[in-house]
Parts: sequence; C-alpha cells; structure tokens
Amino acid sequence: MPNDRTAALEALFRERIAVLDGAMGSMIQDRELTEADFRGARFRNHPHDLKGNNDLLVLTRPDVIEGIHAEYFAAGADIVETNTFNSTAISQADYRTEALVAELNTAAVACARRAARAAEAATPGRLCFVAGAIGPLNRTLSLSPDVNRPDYRAVTWDQVVAAYTEQVRALVGAGVDALLVETIFDTLNAKAALFAIEQVFDEADTRVPVMISVTITDASGRTLSGQTIGAFYHSIRHARPFSVGINCALGGAAMRPYVEELAALAECYVSCYPNAGLPNAFGGYDETPADMAKVLGEFAASGFVNLVGGCCGSTPAHIAAIAAAVKGRPPRAPAPLAAGLRLSGLEPLTVA
Amino acid sequence: MTPSGSNFLVIGERTNITGSPKFAKAIKAGDWNACLAIAKQQVESGANLIDINVDEALIDGEATMVKFLNLIAAEPDICRVPVMLDSSKWSVLEKGLQCLQGKGIVNSLSLKDGETEFLRRAKLVQRYGAAAVVMAFDENGQAATRDEKVRICTRAYRLLTERIGFAPADIVFDPNILTVATGIEEHNNYAADFFAATRILKETLPGVRVSGGVSNVSFSFRGNNPVREAMHTAFLYHAIAAGLDMAIVNAGMLGVYDEIEPVLRDLVDDVLLNRRPDATERLIAHAEEIKAREAAAKSAGTATAVAVEVDAWRQAPVEERLSHALIKGIDSHIEADTEEARQKYPKPLDIIEGPLMDGMRVVGDLFGAGKMFLPQVVKSARVMKRAVAYLQPFMEEEKKRHLAAGSTARPQGRIVMATVKGDVHDIGKNIVGVVLACNNYEVIDLGVMVPCEKILATAKEQHADVIGLSGLITPSLDEMAHVAKEMTRTGCTLPLLIGGATTSAAHTAVKIAPEYAQPVVHVLDASRVIGVVSALLSKEQQPAFVAANTARQEKQRADFAARRQARPLLTLEQSRARRQTFDWAQVDIPVPEFLGTRAYATEPADPGSPLNPYPLTLEEIAAYIDWGPFFSAWELHGRFPEILEDPAVGAEAKKLHADAQQLLARIIAERRFTARAVIAFWPANSVGDSVEVYADVQRARVLHTFPFLRQQLEKPANQFNHCLADYIAPRDSGRLDYLGGFAVTAGHGVEALAAEFKRVHDDYSAIMTQALGDRLAEALAELMHKKARDFCGFGRTENLAMPDIIREKYRGIRPAPGYPACPDHTAKPPLFALLDAPAATGITLTESCAMAPASSVSGFYLNHPEAKYFAVGKLGADQVQDYAARQGITVAEAEKWLAPYLDY
Repeated sequence: MPNDRTAALEALFRERIAVLDGAMGSMIQDRELTEADFRGARFRNHPHDLKGNNDLLVLTRPDVIEGIHAEYFAAGADIVETNTFNSTAISQADYRTEALVAELNTAAVACARRAARAAEAATPGRLCFVAGAIGPLNRTLSLSPDVNRPDYRAVTWDQVVAAYTEQVRALVGAGVDALLVETIFDTLNAKAALFAIEQVFDEADTRVPVMISVTITDASGRTLSGQTIGAFYHSIRHARPFSVGINCALGGAAMRPYVEELAALAECYVSCYPNAGLPNAFGGYDETPADMAKVLGEFAASGFVNLVGGCCGSTPAHIAAIAAAVKGRPPRAPAPLAAGLRLSGLEPLTVA
Repeated sequence: MTPSGSNFLVIGERTNITGSPKFAKAIKAGDWNACLAIAKQQVESGANLIDINVDEALIDGEATMVKFLNLIAAEPDICRVPVMLDSSKWSVLEKGLQCLQGKGIVNSLSLKDGETEFLRRAKLVQRYGAAAVVMAFDENGQAATRDEKVRICTRAYRLLTERIGFAPADIVFDPNILTVATGIEEHNNYAADFFAATRILKETLPGVRVSGGVSNVSFSFRGNNPVREAMHTAFLYHAIAAGLDMAIVNAGMLGVYDEIEPVLRDLVDDVLLNRRPDATERLIAHAEEIKAREAAAKSAGTATAVAVEVDAWRQAPVEERLSHALIKGIDSHIEADTEEARQKYPKPLDIIEGPLMDGMRVVGDLFGAGKMFLPQVVKSARVMKRAVAYLQPFMEEEKKRHLAAGSTARPQGRIVMATVKGDVHDIGKNIVGVVLACNNYEVIDLGVMVPCEKILATAKEQHADVIGLSGLITPSLDEMAHVAKEMTRTGCTLPLLIGGATTSAAHTAVKIAPEYAQPVVHVLDASRVIGVVSALLSKEQQPAFVAANTARQEKQRADFAARRQARPLLTLEQSRARRQTFDWAQVDIPVPEFLGTRAYATEPADPGSPLNPYPLTLEEIAAYIDWGPFFSAWELHGRFPEILEDPAVGAEAKKLHADAQQLLARIIAERRFTARAVIAFWPANSVGDSVEVYADVQRARVLHTFPFLRQQLEKPANQFNHCLADYIAPRDSGRLDYLGGFAVTAGHGVEALAAEFKRVHDDYSAIMTQALGDRLAEALAELMHKKARDFCGFGRTENLAMPDIIREKYRGIRPAPGYPACPDHTAKPPLFALLDAPAATGITLTESCAMAPASSVSGFYLNHPEAKYFAVGKLGADQVQDYAARQGITVAEAEKWLAPYLDY
C-alpha cells in the first residue's frame, strides 16, 4: 500500500533525474575522529576498539552524521542514505556491538530525518528523502573463504536472512522512505537481503520502494561473485525494485558500458553513483567535482540514468556539481516490461 | 548438436541421479571431482541449464544438494549456466534455492498436496527469486490425457497468477512425458497427447513455458541407445513444433531429426504420433535388428570425436599442459602431469619455481587484465596446491637425503601474515597464504583487524622470517606505514611484504619503505609472492634482490617527487582569479569591544611602569594545555589521552605525564614562570592580497600594510587558491573589518628554572621545564584567543568543551608569521611594533625574527566564519616580485626570506 512519501518519490523520478548523496565513510574519515569520539561516554569501557565502526557514530557523535547529511542536502541531494552500511549483527560482531543493531538503525534514521526536515523547512515545498542503506556483509554466501574447501561457507542463508531482517525491521519501523541494498558484490547475499525485506514488509503490512545497487569490481565487468550485469539483473528482478544501478569500485567512466547495458535492460529506474575515480596509490580519490559531473552529465545526456550520486571519495562539492550537470536533463524512461523467462547463472539466459 | 532454428533450451540431465548411473555412482561414493566433471561435460556439450537431482533413498538430499551446489559455485565453467533444482522433496528444493546466486528453476511444484501447500511453496519460490516447473499433477494424480493436462495446468495458472501474483513468464509447465511403446494400448497416445496439450497451453495461457523430461518417452528401449536417441530426437522435433520451450535431455546425445536414418525415423514417428496400431511391434522389431548390427560392427562411433577435441591440449608438452591446467583450473590430470615433469626436472622445487609458477603468473596477469575473475583464480590456486601436494613427499625425501649426506636442510621460511587493524578484508591474503603454504612455507595467519603489537609480538615469538601485511580499504595504507614505523622503533629486522587491493608499489616506496630500513617489498598479487619470499630468504639471491628493490623504490620516490614538482604553478593572476570570494554584504563582521591593545600578565607591572596589565593566573593557562605535542617532544607518538594506555609506550607515557603534572604544580605554586600577553584589534580592510590596518574607524590613516602570500598550486575545481587577505573585507566592499594581533609568552623564568635543575645534574627535569614552558605558551595563546573571541561576541556563545577548544573547533583562526599560511617571518617586526609587544610582554625579536624567550607565540586573529588554516606552498617568481614590491624590499631580500618556498 503506497503511502504519500512513496507517491512523492515516484513523482520525483517521473519528473526529473533525482540526486543521491555522496560518500559517508570518507567524509567521516576527514573529520579525523578519535577512538574517544567513537566511544563517547557510553562505550568508554567497551572491550573492543571502536574506531572505524562508523555506524556507531549515530549514537556517539550524531552531530557529525547529521551534519554530513545536512551538507549533502544543502549540496542538492534529494535522497540521503542512512549511516547504516554495516548495521547488521554479522558486521557489528567485528566490534562486539552486535547487540546494538536495532538501536543503530533507529538512531541513524533519526539523524537523516532531522537533516531532511531541516532542509525541507529551509526551502518550503522541497522534499528530502531518507533511504535506509543496507550494505553487503563481510561474509559471503557464494564464496568460500577457504580455497581448500570450495564448498565451505562462513555463514548460512538463515543467518544472513536473520541479520538483514533485524536491520530492515528497525529501518522500516523508524520510517525510512525507501530501502537501498547497495555495494552488492555477492548476489546471493543481496537475494537474502531482498528475502528479508519481503518478510518484513509482510509482517509489517507495509511496503517502501526497494532500490538495489551492485558493484562491478574489476575490468572483467563482473561482480566479485562472478556475475555479469545482465545475470545480476535477472537474479534480483523478482524483488520488483524501484531502481537498480551500479555503485562504488570503479570510477564513472569505467562503468559506462555496464550502466549502458543495465539502462537497456531495466524495467525500473536506473541509478549510478560511482567513486570519485579509482583509489589512487595513496588511498585518496582523484576525480574532482567537475570530472564526476562530466561523466554523470554525459550518462544523463545519453538517457542512461534516473538517479545519480557519489560513492567513496565524493563530497558535497561533487554532489553539487553532479546535481548541476544533470539539471534539466530528461530522466531515462524505464524499459518496457519484458515477457520472457529470464534466468541466470554467472551469465544471463533469456527465453524470449 | 542442439536442435536448431529455435530458442529451444537444453537442460542437461546427466547431473540427475535418476538420469545418469555414472552420476549416481559418483554421488554415492562421494567422488565430487567426478560429479563436477559430469556437470562440466554437460555444459561443454551445450546444455543451457543443468538439472540437478540427488534424490536417493540412502542419501541425505539436503546436505548433498547444498554441497554440490556450493562446489559448482566455485566452477565458473559450470555455474555460468542457470541451475534447475530437481527434487520430489520440498525441503531439498528450498535448501537448493538458498545456494543459488543466479535465477534458477525449481522442479517441481504441483497441486498434489492441495492448493494451500502449492501456493505456500510458490510464494517462497517467488521470494527466493526463481522460476518454477509446475507438473500436470493434482490431488488425484498425474494427468495422462490431453484434456486432463490442460485442465490441471490451467487451474494451476489461475491460482498462481490470480492469488499470489506469480509472474506468468516464471511458470514452466511440465505436462508429463510418459513412456510409449509399452505394449499397453492406453499408452499409445501419450506422446501425441503431450504434443496436443503443449499446443493448447501455449495458445491459451499467455507467457508460460513448457518443459519435459524426454528420456522417459523411450523407457521401453532401455539398452538400445541408437533407438532411444532417434526417439528423443524425433520427440523433440514434434514437441518443439508444438511449442515446447525446453527439455531435460542428455546434452551430449542429441541428434538432428533430418539425419535420423529414414526407415527408423518413420517407425519412430509412427509410434510418437500414434499413426498405426502396429507401430510399437514394428519399432521393436527394427530395434532388435539395429542392436544386432551394432554388436557386429562395434565400430568407432562419432561420439568419440568430441572427446578427442576436448582433450587436444593433452598432446602438448608437459610444461604447456601444467600451464593449461592452472589457467583453466583443471585438476583431472595434474598429478600425472606433475609426475611427468618430475621425471624431466632435476629437483621437485624446479617444477614449482619453473612451469607451475609460470602458469600462476599467467593467471595473475589475466586476472589483472580482467580476463579472469576471482572464482577462476581460486580454482587455479587449488590446482596449484594439488601439484605441490604431489611433490611434497619427494621434496621431503630430498631433504632427508641432503641431511644424510651431511648438508643442511633448506630452511623453511616462516611468514606471519595479517590484515591490518581497522580492516576486515582478507580474501587476497588468504590466497597468498595458500600459495605460500603450497610452496612449503609455514604461514601463521593472524586473521583480520590485527593490531600492530600483535603482529610484531607474534613475529618475535614465532621467530618468523618475513612479515606480510594486507589491506583493502584506504585507511589501511596509513596503518601499514604505522606498522613499518613500529618495526623500526622496536628494532625489528625482518623483511616486510605489503599487499592488498589499495596498496601499490608507489605508495609502498613513498610512504612505507622510508619508515623502515629493512627490505619493504610490494607484492602485486599472489602469483608473485613466491618469487619475492624465496629471493628474500635465499643467501645468494637476497643482496641482488634487495638492491634491485631499493633502486626501484628510489626511482619511484624520485618519480613521485618529480610528478609533484611537475605540477605547474598558476600565474599570480590566475591564482588571484581563483580566490575564495564572499558576498560581503552578508558576512557577519563582529565589532570588537575595544580597539587598540590590551595587556595581560601573571605578575603586576613594576612600580612606575606605564603598563597596567589585566590579571592572569598560571592555573587558568594550564587548563588550556594540549598534551599531545608534549609527548611528541619526548618522541612518544600517539594521541592524548589514549597514549597513556598504549601497550608499547603507555607505561612510559604515564610516568612522564605524572612527572609533568608534579613539576607543573610546583611551577604554579611557586610562581616560577611569569606569563605575559598582549592582544589588539585594529580597523582593517584588504586591498588586493594585502591588509591595511588603520589608526581609527574613519580609515584616514594607514598604520601599516601587511602583505600576504597566495597559493599558486593548481587545485581541483571546487577548491580555491587561498590568501589570508581574502578573509578581510576589501576596502571597496564598503564594509569596515578588523584584524587582530597577539604576542604571548610563558618563557620568563623557564631558563632560570632549567638552569637550577642543570646545576644539580637533573637534565630530565631541565628538559621537562622547557617542554612545559612551550606547552604553557601554546596554552596561553589558546586562552588569549578565547578571550579575543569573547571580545568579538561570537566566543561567548560558542559553548565548546575544553577538548574541542584544544582541537580548534571554534570560529576563526590565529595564523602565525613564519608558519604555513603566512610563511614570511618579517611580518613580526611591524606586528610587534603595532602591539608594542616588547614593552608589554618582554619578548624581543632576533635578527632572524625569532622570538626570545623561546616559549613565545605571536600572530594574527581573523574572525571570518569561513577562515581556515592552509599552507601557501610553492611560490612563482611573479608573486615574489609582486610581494617584494608590496613589502618595500628588494626581490633578492624577499627571496632570502622565502627561500624554502621558491619554485624556481
């Protein structure tokens, strides 16, 4: 049952190319926060290092996170992602903070929502959306961490679904406008997330738009788990995504053939939020706002995209430049619904 | 070999336990390699999907399905095609669905257990993202006739599409291919019923597909393959014409309808199409004839041709075969080939370091070029491991022989590896570990997020020969440099290997290697690690290898420096065009509460002095101390207060901190230091890159003009070329602005106290005294800046805790002459003159513009809300000339003061 926010989001995408925010991780990194910042008073005696657990900042430094969201809205983002990329029990277990999952997700939505409300209030009539970010896990269902035991898996389907269910339940409960399953490098993990999402929608008797974004990790044009972009699309199409797209890993220019392929296939909206180039030798990102805006502006001119933004290394300045570059460009029209049976292994198979 | 001229899909049946005795045998024996070979053969023979069925009474179906699917997931040559999960047990199908990253087909669902269960499962299939084969089977059994097939399928279609919104395109009907030519009359029309039902379903139920298991149709001719093949080929021909989309067949055994021997073809068609009552008898008779002929001829069939072609690579020399096996990940011949190589090469190790590593290098190159992807690389590593495992006993034997002969055994290297603190990525590291282990090195893998101390402690305890660090995310680069630093500090002498996705030879050379005098080697990928480690641990190769590595890194550092310097400076004009501009009408310019100077001191002025300083206490100054640099002064590096808990230096830091507190308390109690400060605000405006300071708000008289320098390095589009003057309102903006100035010292008394300690040979306390003097001077600068902000109003509402003040989270900056934002020290004399600083604070300037006493700080206050610290950086000749003119000095003099910054 679509609510007003969903209708508004759909209206936005029909009207123009929407703008997503940029990097959270590198923005946090720039703040040069210390272990003490991450711990705050509450986790002063936590038995494990917490620096690097960026998701925890929604509890210990919500000002920082809300501030970054606000900067992105000010730069022209229509949608910001909650700071919940790793807010699942499986990922938080690295920091022994897995008991905080529900709280982290709830607080992260609150941070983003405060920034959205403030931005909406600052410009009457403007709508600012909050998407619940759902990251991949550090354990994968398709790949064995032990090359001697190719059939071994470090995690089970049920564990992954349970972890995502807990996260999604909190995100949806806290009132996100959409969910964004992103930086997918193992499609099976993503399928488990989508499975969890459907379960939560069922139990909560509600739905929000589901956005999906995959990562092409190297020059082979495949996901880390080996799928081509077409095979990937076939694998997640059952979730009736609001949008599907590509993010992270490669810079925009290297993504072009895959974005083009996806744009031709997808019966939903298409998103693209690349890194600010490949990481350079020093871990920084070299693409300037002008560089990124040029690439994404060209994607917009070519009719490939409905949603653009930035991933690692992008800043509010990048988002502002990107927003300017796509402004006035007509949004891509989704491909007509195809009737064929669409299957996939690592490669797609279509029975027309 | 597949039926041509259609979109028809071949579903390989040989991985079906009921369709392939060979597969059944391999599964039961747990011979997984054989199972995988069968699956691979199906795909290579052209199967578009593979049907996997492990239903067997004595087999744990769920576990077996999961294991086989997981194994297949590591075989790109197999899992490139979609999987059809085939089981009569729902639990097996569901477990299978949980292993498929692709979109597969579930085989099958049916109404056998009623509508509720049918829809429950269908909904789950939908949620797992698969398509489903729906059998023409209901609560009453299997549909045999055309009308029954159509009725049940239509009912299922309605339920699926209308009740749960199942996509019609994801429905694949299996209207049951039943056995014909059984001799039972009711069976004679089974094939014809199938064709007719298929035609109706495709016409009346939009979007659906039809599939079937073909081998069932010829079940009565078991043991007579030529007849069965002809029946399958003809059946498919007719079924495809009726609309069949896919079928489960032996992908390697498909013929072409037109090429079936005509007599046989007619007889088969008679049976399938139920064209005459004696069709079955006639086909059986002909089948007997064929069988007899086959037995007589025993000729080589055409089927072997395929096998010959597939195995063509087996004819190549052994080195090429090893390389081929590694690149393709084929381990079926690896042991035989390795043995053959062993016969040929003098030592087993020669094979590893020769053909095997050559093969792995090709794998590495292909991976780097995007022509192979990770699952394939992992497979290659496995083949490598098999080969090495085969050679292992021979190497052991050789070692024993050497020992027996009195020579020493080749020392086995021990490598400690870890993904550094803050990083959880380890796939690449694991691969390196396997390759090393394959090559007879002992690997101690500490896992992920490993703190530096643990890495170094383990290396020491375990007497490691090499340390390897890995990381994928960018902050790991800094952590690696940190580990290198710590290795130096702790006196480690082991070679250090650096690897992982974000690492690079350049970063290693520029940022890591300079931190550590021992060899630091960047390892591009797993295929290179053996070459590196063996060279590092070999007495003979080590010197040359290290020298080459060092030379390469020096060149990389030089290249890096050259590239940096090669970045051309903008002209002064261009730089000025790229200044940060503000809408001055909107900028908040606070009016200070006073203009001119105001002096502070911890001691009253001498009687008779014209000065009447405001009071100051050492206690309030001490509260502003930033302890971080204090520890740096003692060469203990780390953030305060974390450093006190640091496992390596924590104990020392704590002691130092306690001593400092004790001495500080004494200094305060005995008022051993005298602190003095002067701050000022003047009406000011910028004119170009200079700031004019006026005698009063009428701006009639210029007291002094401070020229400032502008950044000239080319910067990204969103950044500016800064100059401090940009933060002061330009004269032509029409707005009056203010520049602040300050000079502070805590140095009076420092040298006297230090001298007292030195006299009693307490150098420790003497140095401590000086360090505290410096800290107090910086703290006083911070305290006075706080007061200055308060005088300007905005400080009173900034509401910052002390740690945030020390981290300078407030509005405004206080750049000091001689520091990066205004690098020219010669701004100090006029600043001191305006402040009357020598009289107010007792600070004097040396001829090189250094301040005495040493524990002193001076600078400007800039209140602009966006004012930030920056480094001016390199200067072009054009700016130096312009600056000299503004400063009223010669270019030569300007060049003398700005020497470190000249770009020419």
